[in-house]
Amino acid sequence: MTIAPRGLSVALARGIGALSRRLGRGGGTSAPGRVLLWLRPKAIQELASTLTRGSLVISATNGKTTTGRLIGSCVATERWRTVSNRAGANLVFGVATALLDAVADEPSPEFGLFEVDEFALPELVTRLAPRVVVLMNLFRDQLDRYGELETIAESWARMIARLPATTILVLNADDPAIAALADGNRPVVFFGVEDPSARLDALPHAADSTRCRVCASPLVYDRVTLGHMGDWHCTHCGSRRPTPDVAADRVTLLGTTGIDLEISTPQGAVTARVALPGMHNAYNATAAVAAALALGIAHEHIGPALANAEAAFGRSERVMVSGHEVVLFLAKNPAGANVTVQTVQLDPDPLHLLIALNDRTADGNDVSWIWDVDYEPLLERLGDLVITGDRAYDMGLRFVYAGLDRARMRIEPDPERALDAALAQLPAGRCLYVLPTYTAMLGLRSILVERGAANAYWHDD
Amino acid sequence: MSTVRVCHLYPNELNIYADRGNIAVLRRRLEWRGHELSVVDAEIGDQIPDDADMYYLGGGQDRDQIIVAGDLAQTKAEALHRAAAGGSVVLAVCGGYQLAGHGYTGVDGTRMPGIGLLDADTVAGTTRLIGDVVISVDVGGTPVTVVGFENHAGRTTLGGASAPFGTVRHGHGNNDIDGTEGAITGRVIGTYLHGPLLPKNPQLADMLLGWALEHATGGPVALAPLDDALEMQAHRAAIARVTERRSA
Repeated sequence: MTIAPRGLSVALARGIGALSRRLGRGGGTSAPGRVLLWLRPKAIQELASTLTRGSLVISATNGKTTTGRLIGSCVATERWRTVSNRAGANLVFGVATALLDAVADEPSPEFGLFEVDEFALPELVTRLAPRVVVLMNLFRDQLDRYGELETIAESWARMIARLPATTILVLNADDPAIAALADGNRPVVFFGVEDPSARLDALPHAADSTRCRVCASPLVYDRVTLGHMGDWHCTHCGSRRPTPDVAADRVTLLGTTGIDLEISTPQGAVTARVALPGMHNAYNATAAVAAALALGIAHEHIGPALANAEAAFGRSERVMVSGHEVVLFLAKNPAGANVTVQTVQLDPDPLHLLIALNDRTADGNDVSWIWDVDYEPLLERLGDLVITGDRAYDMGLRFVYAGLDRARMRIEPDPERALDAALAQLPAGRCLYVLPTYTAMLGLRSILVERGAANAYWHDD
Repeated sequence: MSTVRVCHLYPNELNIYADRGNIAVLRRRLEWRGHELSVVDAEIGDQIPDDADMYYLGGGQDRDQIIVAGDLAQTKAEALHRAAAGGSVVLAVCGGYQLAGHGYTGVDGTRMPGIGLLDADTVAGTTRLIGDVVISVDVGGTPVTVVGFENHAGRTTLGGASAPFGTVRHGHGNNDIDGTEGAITGRVIGTYLHGPLLPKNPQLADMLLGWALEHATGGPVALAPLDDALEMQAHRAAIARVTERRSA
């Protein structure tokens, strides 16, 4: 095929993005990149090579967007001109669109910060040739879309084997599937949670990766922190969790509003109060510290940068709606929903919940994952429960068979009516916790945008 | 009041499609009628009873399924055959269905042995068969619609000793060719349908519970009707998604 000149390709593709926005087809977060790569297949490599400070790529089942945002806050302290992709636009076309949008900036960007879908990671890492690759966790997720967790772990291992020896890996020591990706051929920064009080009573039902990666024997956990993560070892072959270089020595959960962290690093301690609640955000923040140090960001800037970071849209995002506080906790797979269920229980008062289950392409068509989530602890803590979404009745059955009286919940498939019903019965001064799947979150959020409670997402950065 | 004893095989290894949802449905639908469920979990290396009222075998990731296959044949197959001959119910879903058949031949030709409770054999295909499924199942002489979700690389074909569990109305079923779904021999059922299978298919759940109670008590047991309005709303919503996705 004929390859269009770079300038012309960029101009044409940018026009498509503007058109897409004007036609109200969302933020034009992927279409321009699709056009660009059609006109010029190597555009990502070309544009990425102009980033004089290189790029960082982050992937995980859960926490990509939030951690990317925390790293972005650290990078901002160095005033690096940064290009990053919008949350959710994390496939090849989304990254191409982000680069395309930044090309015309004057002065041009010098650093790339990209959150990347688990499946798209190997291809994008090849194209972007990043300086730092941050890999945080692998949980079972949307089996109809992603296939088995093993398939992704294997594709990541093959990707790492092809990386240059200078690429720095930032890996989660507490996730056996991620720790095993260190191949001895390039620098690794391990991060983890060391706080001895950060422990669950047992592995959750949905725990994966509980067998040794070397010899397939069942792993022994001295401490489970979250999902299948924790202080693990194998009594059969002696394989064990690497000692984290960057370790959260103290994690204090401040209810549903945030966490206090003391993180040790080779360059000294980082302390911060982060406005993101729950143990999962302790992992996100610790990963961000490790990533920032790998990038060479000044150690003393990191704590304040974490403290200044705000929630990404839909991820522990707090908005005010007609005098009520509403907190959105995206919950799109068993591990993510489990940490959300644990986090909302940090609120000492009866819980007012709106749970939204969709089954569209971005959610996964298969809703069976809700049966792997441990919703049962919510039953004793419940104030009100409203359930909505394309598959609201499935979620209703999940609670009925967990033991909830059918009269204790209201099922309203229409999201706007469900939101109004939940707000109408919310006592004054109380918070509504919303647990939506991905497209359900987008839908509810657009209702909040119409009511002036939240910003449209393509303006959100 | 009666107690139904279920032997849950490999809950740690074979649980990928929310198999515990099926167990929850059996438990609640018994409790709502004044009966109770007693579950014995059987992991790798455990011996199992040959007189449980029901056995449940779920699905796992390929790696876990291979680990389980050898143990199933060595430590549990004989007891399961005696149990099935004695009228116990066996429900095997997805990977469990493949293991309940004669075996599974992978794309590379490797053979994972099954235990031959069902006259079914599975060969891996190059693509996965994924999506919503609607089948028609004979429940006590009446055709009943059963809904679920399938996600399997295996193509299963049936021999003469097993009948199809259902007829495919939408979806791929056993092999995407012959319109059959699952397999049944006596009270041993294998199916690719998860979702999980039982919450949205209360008539099927009650058929299995009726069989299990009969095994537990030695005679037919009448099941009191339940309010299944929500169950049937979820059932109809699943069928509606099939129609919507097809026209999308």
